[in-house]
Amino acid sequence: MKHRRSWSTALLVIGLTLYLAVNEPQTAYAMHIMEGFLPWGWALFWWILFVPFFIFGLRALIRITKETPELKIMLGLAGAFTFVLSALKIPSVTGSSSHPTGTGLGAVMFGPLPMSVLGSIVLLFQAVLLAHGGLTTLGANAFSMAVAGPIIGYAVYKGMMKSTRKQKLSIFAAAALADLSTYVITSLQLALAFPAEHGGVLASFAKFGGIFAVTQIPLAISEGLLTVLIWNWMQAHNSEELSVLQRRMKGAKQS
Amino acid sequence: MTTRSKNLLLLFAVIVLAVTPLLFVNGEFGGADDAAEQAIATLKPSYKPWSSSLFELPSETESMLFALQAALGAGFIGYAIGWFKGKSVKNKNND
Repeated sequence: MKHRRSWSTALLVIGLTLYLAVNEPQTAYAMHIMEGFLPWGWALFWWILFVPFFIFGLRALIRITKETPELKIMLGLAGAFTFVLSALKIPSVTGSSSHPTGTGLGAVMFGPLPMSVLGSIVLLFQAVLLAHGGLTTLGANAFSMAVAGPIIGYAVYKGMMKSTRKQKLSIFAAAALADLSTYVITSLQLALAFPAEHGGVLASFAKFGGIFAVTQIPLAISEGLLTVLIWNWMQAHNSEELSVLQRRMKGAKQS
Repeated sequence: MTTRSKNLLLLFAVIVLAVTPLLFVNGEFGGADDAAEQAIATLKPSYKPWSSSLFELPSETESMLFALQAALGAGFIGYAIGWFKGKSVKNKNND
């Protein structure tokens, strides 16, 4: 029975991919907003919006390491996971490539705030060394990837845990939606900065969003699967750290 | 189904998701930059990027750095999982 269910899930995944694969290919650019490609007013706006989250994120990180120093290695794991996943440029159904974000795992483990720091470290690395993204657009990119994505992922996790009580399914959905929503926000940011002549921001958002969402869907699914995979690895050795973490995740205060 | 075979299935699904577009979609699979310039240029032809990256590395170096980024992350993940495993083995032996 269990066997059959896993296979039907796999078939569903393959079927969905094939369905998406026959879609008309189009040029897309589902990645971070490049250096100089936001008017300076908008660049500043997103920086201002991002900075408070970064400060709260730093405070959250300090609190976690003080209250539960044994979880430092888990924090490192969450950071390392974003590092790996955002380096993987994966071909997608629209005929262009994009990369996952890897922020869902950390958001599920520690809540959304610490990810605002961990995620923006990754973005800074890519902006400075790889000319991928940029320093002026770092505020906007960090807001979408390190703030909004994790918040949505965390909300999805909490909501699904309450309604379904299936942890792995909730983790999958949280990671996939944190990934997908990051790029929805990115297209919103671009739409706000570059409204179409006919139809304004909405038309622009539909254009950017249509491209982004379709490109990102298979990647979001991949990210969900990989997040469950690493969760399985952590669970395989049922360590002390994991039980401390699980208690934290259920909202119990450390005594 | 054991955890190991479930994990293998997860990995397999990810590979399928990445490979099918390559096989069935006839695209360039280019990254961001040029296409983005075009899209913004159609929406607002007058827009000029007002800042550019401090330096741009050759694409070979760039792919090396991407590999390095992934390697650093994966290295740490391996270290952490190994550490968990070592601890759980040690605890078992002490029981």
